[in-house]
Amino acid sequence: MFYRENGQFKSTYRADQQIFPILQDRVAILALLAIAFVAVPLFAPDYWVRAILVPFLILSLAALGLNILVGYCGQISLGTGAFMAVGAYAAYNFQVRIEGMPLIVSLLLGGLCSTIIGVLFGIPSLRIKGLYLAVATLAAQFFVDWAFLRINWFTNNSSSGSVSVAGLNVFGVPIESPAAKYLLCLSFVVVFALMAKNLVRSAIGREWMAMRDMDVAASVIGIRPVYAKLTAFAVSSFIVGVAGALWGFIHLGAWEPAAFSIDRSFQLLFMVIIGGLGSIMGSFFGAAFIVLLPLFLNQLPGWLGFSISTALASHLEFMIFGALIVFFLIVEPHGLARLWSTGKEKLRLWPFPH
Amino acid sequence: MKLKSLALAAAALTLGASALVGTAPAQAQAKEQFFPLLVYRTGPYAPNGTPWANGKQDYIKLVNAQGGINGVKITFEECETGYATDKGVECYERLKGRPGVALFDPQATGITFALTDKVPTDKIPLITLGYGLSAAQDGNVFKWNFPLMGSYWTAADILIQHIGKTQGGMDKLKGKKIALVYHDSPFGKEPIPLLQERAKQNGFELSLIPVTAPGVEQKSAWLQVRQSRPDYVLLWGWGVMNSTALKEAVATGYPREKMYGVWWAGAEPDVKDVGANAKGYNALALNTSGTQPKVIQDILKQVHDKGQGTGPKDEVGSVLYTRGVIIQMLSVEAVKRAQERFGKGKVMTGEQVRWGFENLALDQKKLDALGFSGVMRPVSTSCQDHMGSTWARVHTWDGAKWGDMSDWYQADEQIIKPMVKTAADKYAVEKKLTRRTAADCES
Repeated sequence: MFYRENGQFKSTYRADQQIFPILQDRVAILALLAIAFVAVPLFAPDYWVRAILVPFLILSLAALGLNILVGYCGQISLGTGAFMAVGAYAAYNFQVRIEGMPLIVSLLLGGLCSTIIGVLFGIPSLRIKGLYLAVATLAAQFFVDWAFLRINWFTNNSSSGSVSVAGLNVFGVPIESPAAKYLLCLSFVVVFALMAKNLVRSAIGREWMAMRDMDVAASVIGIRPVYAKLTAFAVSSFIVGVAGALWGFIHLGAWEPAAFSIDRSFQLLFMVIIGGLGSIMGSFFGAAFIVLLPLFLNQLPGWLGFSISTALASHLEFMIFGALIVFFLIVEPHGLARLWSTGKEKLRLWPFPH
Repeated sequence: MKLKSLALAAAALTLGASALVGTAPAQAQAKEQFFPLLVYRTGPYAPNGTPWANGKQDYIKLVNAQGGINGVKITFEECETGYATDKGVECYERLKGRPGVALFDPQATGITFALTDKVPTDKIPLITLGYGLSAAQDGNVFKWNFPLMGSYWTAADILIQHIGKTQGGMDKLKGKKIALVYHDSPFGKEPIPLLQERAKQNGFELSLIPVTAPGVEQKSAWLQVRQSRPDYVLLWGWGVMNSTALKEAVATGYPREKMYGVWWAGAEPDVKDVGANAKGYNALALNTSGTQPKVIQDILKQVHDKGQGTGPKDEVGSVLYTRGVIIQMLSVEAVKRAQERFGKGKVMTGEQVRWGFENLALDQKKLDALGFSGVMRPVSTSCQDHMGSTWARVHTWDGAKWGDMSDWYQADEQIIKPMVKTAADKYAVEKKLTRRTAADCES
């Protein structure tokens, strides 16, 4: 009823293969982008932008990167926090050591360094699979944590081991105000999401998925496992690295290795699993679930007028959050993205369900 | 099918509900001074974070019971950070826009680092009593930071002085081995530059033994201690790390008398679990403990006896509780000081409170009047010096309580001053800041 593609005839392959073949989808996504780029910076309160939307966007980007590796190529990784840390610290070093380095370039170079480390730690994936690979990527996490804690060069010999950046600007526009930070993150997310969506729809994306579904069969039909797996690691850790650099530069401003600890890796993996493995949209859903829900739960008692102790509120938050994760995984193991498509399907048939 | 619909409905509900985040009810105009309280009552640092937070809250309640700050009532809201930087930043963003917000006290070194860059734009003072960035003592560069009463550099310096004194002179330190067992985070790493400087001057050998945060696993660290047999161990821990370290010391057979903790490793939760085995362990003390001081008696009478106490009554007056009370007292006094200049009985803005912090003049008489006699040293800040006092003592755990206070030590200016200046200058260059002018100090 509301959501019908009746009458929308495709007369070219090009039209049939576009990202959003249905008109309603295109309109909705354009409207969403317009809201995100224009209305939000103009009207959203500061707290929303700085404390909710910016971290949400950055973690969505990281989840997107991880989804390429875990969801599309089937390589479980627990080293996401490490790749984020590499991106952040590499970008930091480019920024402070090279006078007049443009911010965007440092962020991208940070991503590039993360790519190198990602490929390096991806090499074992050629031999080990599944959970064993997860353990191998865990090594990346511990190694990177160690390196940034102990090797002073990486932190520009900061005595406390904490690094910070200031005076950021893009083409002369200072990245100080919440709106500027938000728009910078949003631009990164939109560009990378578009890039990722197109990658997974192309030959290389199909190679990844073939690898995920059955690697023996994939190599029989002529897909090179080395190439497919390592490109997945490269693309994934590039995106994750840029997200890490944004997390350090834009969201925190000053950080230490603890900002990219093993907890971060798990958090991102949960986002991908809850959002939906192998779905670009799912990365955003997962990030929203994990970032927004705890904040909401934490502030709910205050709005309802209950005065409960901070500790109890915090414990309740963990309990309800955990219960919701279990609930969603039981009723929809394929993640929130699948729920979304079920919902769309229902709208399409409404009011005549069958 | 039914479950699916249920899930769909739940998803829609959470989505809608999440959209409410941050749309807090509109606030009335500020008639009250608001104190945001960043706390951690959960997680590995909770045993220490809780009494600290309780002390702060109880003092606010006491001030309100006595009529507020020259008639201005204090409101507060707690926000749980769990000692995590990103959560701390979220709490800061959540609470900074409240009307009448006075200051932030993040209670964590990592959060302090992240907020140091944010407070100058938001014009809210950031106080870090006995923690945070050591270089922030230089108020000419760090206009908004106030590491009141001590930093990790003054702490490390005083510990070395005390060890020297027990040896019978600083020259006796020559050739001695001192190990620093530290929490591997900015908090634990802060004292290292000072200790290295001291090692150079006094000729002792410094070995650095990091403990991965949060510090529940320390076997390898204490193996290193056992192998190198240092003459003294300095313990730079927080939360569960401290009690674990003491248990490991017992297991390793390292004499507790030769262990010296920072003031964050010298409270009841650190030694309680180890009890009598920790007898002889020393730690720095910024303040006394116990219920004798008048202010603690007042809290007991006017807050706890009326059933409004925040935590358990028997924890009132513990080391960290008292420290929380001191932090809150200094904050309230800063607001009071600002009111003297900008108008008594008015709600102060962050900028005005900052002036109050910069011009704190709490002499012994004022401290006595506030009921803090004997609890702490007088504090007097200025535009150049945002610390106000670099004095501390060393106390010892006798197996049941903290006691046996040493004399007061003052950190050696000859060492600290040039280091603070160099570090502040380096920071200013990195952040492209210029030192404040004399005119700026007046404002």
